[in-house]
Amino acid sequence: MEKFTLSVLVENKFGVLARVAGLFSARGFNINSLAVAETEDPSVSRIIMVVDANEKILEQIKKQLNKLIDVVKVIDLTEKDYIDRELVLVKVKVDTKTRDKVIQAVDSLDAKVVDMGKGSITIEEVGDTKKINATLELLGPFGISEIVRTGRIAIQADSKE
Amino acid sequence: MKKNGAQIALESLRREGVKVIFGYPGGSVLPFFDAMYEMKEPRFILTRHEQGAAHAADGYARATGKVGVCVATSGPGATNLVTGIATAHMDSVPMVAITGQVKTFLIGNDAFQEADVTGITRPITKHNFLVKDVKELAQTIKEAFHIARTGRPGPVVIDLPVDVQMASCDFHYPKEANIRSYKPTLESHKGQIKRIAKAIEKSEKPVLYVGGGVIISGASHELTELAKKYHIPVTTTLLGMGAFPDTDELSLGMLGMHGTVYANHAIQESDLIIAVGARFDDRVTGKLDEFAPHAKIAHIDIDPSSVSKNVTVDIPCIGDAKHALHGLIRALKKKPDTEKWLKKINEWKKKAPMKYKDDNKLRPQYVLEEIYRATKGDAIITTEVGQNQMWAAQYYKYTKPRTFLSSGGLGTMGYGFPAAIGAKVGKPEKTVFDIAGDGSIQMNIQELATAVLEKVHVKIAVLNNCYLGMVRQWQELFYKKRYSYTYLSTCSCPDLVKLAESYGAVGIRVTKKKDVRKAIEKAIKIENTVIIDFTVEEEENVMPMVPAGQAINRMIGGMA
Repeated sequence: MEKFTLSVLVENKFGVLARVAGLFSARGFNINSLAVAETEDPSVSRIIMVVDANEKILEQIKKQLNKLIDVVKVIDLTEKDYIDRELVLVKVKVDTKTRDKVIQAVDSLDAKVVDMGKGSITIEEVGDTKKINATLELLGPFGISEIVRTGRIAIQADSKE
Repeated sequence: MKKNGAQIALESLRREGVKVIFGYPGGSVLPFFDAMYEMKEPRFILTRHEQGAAHAADGYARATGKVGVCVATSGPGATNLVTGIATAHMDSVPMVAITGQVKTFLIGNDAFQEADVTGITRPITKHNFLVKDVKELAQTIKEAFHIARTGRPGPVVIDLPVDVQMASCDFHYPKEANIRSYKPTLESHKGQIKRIAKAIEKSEKPVLYVGGGVIISGASHELTELAKKYHIPVTTTLLGMGAFPDTDELSLGMLGMHGTVYANHAIQESDLIIAVGARFDDRVTGKLDEFAPHAKIAHIDIDPSSVSKNVTVDIPCIGDAKHALHGLIRALKKKPDTEKWLKKINEWKKKAPMKYKDDNKLRPQYVLEEIYRATKGDAIITTEVGQNQMWAAQYYKYTKPRTFLSSGGLGTMGYGFPAAIGAKVGKPEKTVFDIAGDGSIQMNIQELATAVLEKVHVKIAVLNNCYLGMVRQWQELFYKKRYSYTYLSTCSCPDLVKLAESYGAVGIRVTKKKDVRKAIEKAIKIENTVIIDFTVEEEENVMPMVPAGQAINRMIGGMA
């Protein structure tokens, strides 16, 4: 199984996300992450989904999505050059000994401290999957108490055309 | 002109050409039923259960090709439609189901008779709508019919809250449903058609594998022309019965689990399968890895998601079957040399014909043959599900499309009788027979009242073997004859003759082979709904048979 990134344009109506999610559960497809929001056209929403699939399953996913009446367009970004980003908020446990080390690590990562509590620091990182994973790996040893990820968003890259 | 939602709904149905509505009233559709009070058109048929209404709308749609319409109230009324909607969905039947819903401001409050109908029906409809504003109602109905009848057809549910039925607005019926995200492909890619044509020209062992899509698209004529002009044998799926005449020498009958031996062997030896409007269902393919091992596969279908779903297709061709077959006939330059192939198939036909024990016992297959004789093959046959369904497919010869109506995909017991009522309403000039088992007939037996009171005279042939026959057959073959809860003892309970009479229908019991013909002829002549209760051999099996998960040429009752 590999991960594929799909950009799905749908009618911005109630119940559409349920149709998409229902399709995945009914047919046994796996969604890895999902990000949904309105586009530049308020009548259209964009769903960026990362799916676990092989080529054959991916083909079915695309066809089944296209079959939904409210799906306007399915774009398989995996076939194209694209820029992807994810935002993660990580809460790291700290004490007087580790606090400075965590802050140092954050600086070296080009991440941001967004909140400091008595026993924890909350860090924000934006980047592609590789960068996010590297950040989590580096912060892991300090003791992560909570991770919140937005899921991947992605856009087609025009620079390489 | 101002109208309320109920009047708008009804007038919109008229504008869509709806001639008949099947349904059942209730609290949340009262305004709609009030709008129908004393109306002349469309005809309203009051069933005795919402499931009956859904299946009747389905039978009407399959028999006529028009969109079937059914109506029910919210909550239990709507959930009772669900089996009928799912049945239509699996078999691509155009249907619009209108369900009442609780008032918009009560939705989500667990109100009396509330159910999340758009949620429940989402996976079993082509699309569904919840109308929250009366101003959107006419456009929604326009879109619902457009979606139901175009592309690969299917059921569409319109959930209509009772306050929307009562609210008023100006009524204009839109001329077209312009849905930007829904544009089914009708015309096939010319290059793909050419590739199929080339493959046919080169093929020595081609087989046309034909499904319900050919009937839906009205492509029987083109299919028959293609097969006969280029000498290609034809096998049909259960839903494809009638797309190509069973009486033609190029017909192989049905393929798959209970298909003919020669159809299955032809598929397994074929070098080119041209699938048209079929979806390689597991009952057709048997063990996938061993399906048609030598064949190149061309697939014409209007639904892209059907292509390469189960079997990997070599030449996909998306489009309407009629368009595609017409194009294919024009693209073909020469006849493939199939003489040897047809000879081989004819040898199989002689070696392993469809047969049953022809003795003095009353066997169900004989009943089907006699119904065929008595109706001269011109009846509409509906079926329930199980052995009755398979014998109806095997022993009645279908020569015209829309004459065999059966729940193939979902396999719904209780479908046949209400579907027969729907078919007879749509085609009153036809004799309509429901081929039933003693199990299935009881699943919608209440519709006897509908048939009798609406004077929709259908004939029901119950192949009464006191068992849930198909399940018993599996228990016999694969569960060491442990007949766990499949013995119904319905030979006497209920007494189907008395039951028919209690509804004002006619009941005839036949216990001897020699009385079969007379009883069928009598039933056809009687101007009333008739149940013929045939007391048939209890443990007769449907043969031949591919055990589940086997390659389709490894049949019980096949060639040695």
